[in-house]
Amino acid sequence: MNAPAPEPIIALRGVTRTFGSGETVFQALKGIDLDVMPGEFVAVMGASGSGKSTMMNIVGCLDVPTSGSFRFKGFEVGNLGRDQRAMLRRRYLGFVFQGFNLLARTTALENVELPLIYRRDDASSRRIASMAALEKVGLADWSGHTPSELSGGQQQRVAIARAIVTQPEVLLADEPTGNLDSERSREIMALLSSLNRDAGISIMMVTHEPDMAAFAHTIIHFKDGMVEKREKNLAIANGNAPTDATD
Amino acid sequence: MIGITIILALREIRRHVMRSFLTTLGIIIGVAAVVTMVTLGNGATAAISSQISSLGSNLLTVRPGQGFGRGGGAASPPPFEEVDVDAVRKQVAGVLSVAPQTSIAATAIYEAQNWSTTVTGTTNDYFQASHLKLSAGRIFSDAEVDSGKSVCVVGSTVITNLFKGGDPVGKTFRLKAISCQIIGVLETRGAAGFGPDQDDQVVMPIKTVMRRLTGNREVRAFQVGVDPAYDTTAVSASIAALLRERRKIGPNADDDFNIFDSKQLADTLSGTTKTLTLLLGAVATVSLIVGGIGIMNIMLVSVTERTREIGIRLAVGAVQSEVLMQFLVEAVALSCLGGLLGLGLALVATLAISPLMGIPFVFDLQINLLAFMFSAAIGILFGYFPARRAASLNPIDALSHE
Repeated sequence: MNAPAPEPIIALRGVTRTFGSGETVFQALKGIDLDVMPGEFVAVMGASGSGKSTMMNIVGCLDVPTSGSFRFKGFEVGNLGRDQRAMLRRRYLGFVFQGFNLLARTTALENVELPLIYRRDDASSRRIASMAALEKVGLADWSGHTPSELSGGQQQRVAIARAIVTQPEVLLADEPTGNLDSERSREIMALLSSLNRDAGISIMMVTHEPDMAAFAHTIIHFKDGMVEKREKNLAIANGNAPTDATD
Repeated sequence: MIGITIILALREIRRHVMRSFLTTLGIIIGVAAVVTMVTLGNGATAAISSQISSLGSNLLTVRPGQGFGRGGGAASPPPFEEVDVDAVRKQVAGVLSVAPQTSIAATAIYEAQNWSTTVTGTTNDYFQASHLKLSAGRIFSDAEVDSGKSVCVVGSTVITNLFKGGDPVGKTFRLKAISCQIIGVLETRGAAGFGPDQDDQVVMPIKTVMRRLTGNREVRAFQVGVDPAYDTTAVSASIAALLRERRKIGPNADDDFNIFDSKQLADTLSGTTKTLTLLLGAVATVSLIVGGIGIMNIMLVSVTERTREIGIRLAVGAVQSEVLMQFLVEAVALSCLGGLLGLGLALVATLAISPLMGIPFVFDLQINLLAFMFSAAIGILFGYFPARRAASLNPIDALSHE
């Protein structure tokens, strides 16, 4: 390996993941090799059942490979225990889900504060950091509202604020625009792009929509538990980000 | 961390006020039941003790005839004589005072009023042994007792019914064929208690009653005040032995008199109420445990209902012990709140019921603390299982839970 080459923040080598045993055994991942560089925005596409969600769970330290190696910042995660992986999540990872997954009957501010509670930040620094995160997603005026009082796009913005409030190195987004209309979707994508560009957060995003994948630097196609192809997004590489006008 | 966990738990409870209240209803009722039962039981014990101590402590009452519940002999046993009383006074160790009594029903008449009452003939020892105090006037002088003068100390019931206002001391009223001067008035004792109503009596020197009212020298009963340094049981046995000898009772025959020990009655009655209190407390404790099962039930439902929330918490980096703590603290907070409400309810209930039952309100800090701690312990006991289940959820499954 050449000395000056930057080390990938996420490195999967020969990762397999098998569910069940005996007759009903199902191999969701059949040997994945995949790198994500710091600051990279990767879109993952593929039919359902292609293994992309399984891969996301492993990268998100929610699951471990059956075999193969997953290194996060050069550190092997595969043999860590449950609580140790929780520590990794709380320190380095942010999650954005298709269904927003906000706590019901809980204000936007309290939702955003949640990860900081587990980091044992004190009340005032929690508040400051959470308000800053809500500010970043443009919802500073909505901090006292509960999810049921917010639109879908706003809920997803709160979820993004919750994901970035810990200043993670990697943001994992599982179909973040799956429940939103196209205009709201583009707003969310523009927000993710700007977080990637301005805060340098690496993003790995699962999506079904080529329009959304077009915001990423790299698009990885999954098929039958394998990486089918990995392509550079030439438009982004040439500096032509899609529909930045909505920003 | 524990601080924030408590805050989170209280927030969760506040979010579901109605459900939380219903969940803790079992604990509320359980704690209230235990504390109310025990508090009322203590009040009843206190009431009984004070009634018994009003009879006089270290007091033996000796009557002819066999005691409670035993079939009477063929012939009614003879009364005592004054010499028996003297013998007990002089020959039995530990006897402080002996008050012989004889009594007769009589109608008291003053001007146009009359009142049927009981005349008790006795000595000054009677006031001391029976713990009777005077509200006005004086007790008998030795000369009055010895010479059998027609003077009397009168109970408050008699005073109320005979004299309409004015100071009765010094006034004279008629009892059967004799007239009698009031020298003292007994303090009102109240109807509660055992034995005859001591407010409704006229106390006279025993000689006066024997000579001028009953016409015989029979002593119907006598009270023995026992030196506190002596055991009443032993003194009672000595008196029994002396009386058997004086009344010539054969070695195999039963006593034809009975000795009533107020202390024994006190012990028996307060022992009985304590047992009853314990029993009621135990029954109430069962309802407390049932309340705990109610909490477990709702917590289990809550864990299922909040599976996705648990998934979110795990995803943002909560470790298992933190999720466990959250649900455990929630259960404990619920049961503690229930416990506090239960204590409040018990306080209101006992304050309301005590006067109805005519017993004093005795606040027992110990049982309140105990019931509260028990409710907290139930929260831990029955909260652990649901909390354990929450903590062991797989984050991926929890997040995809619908």
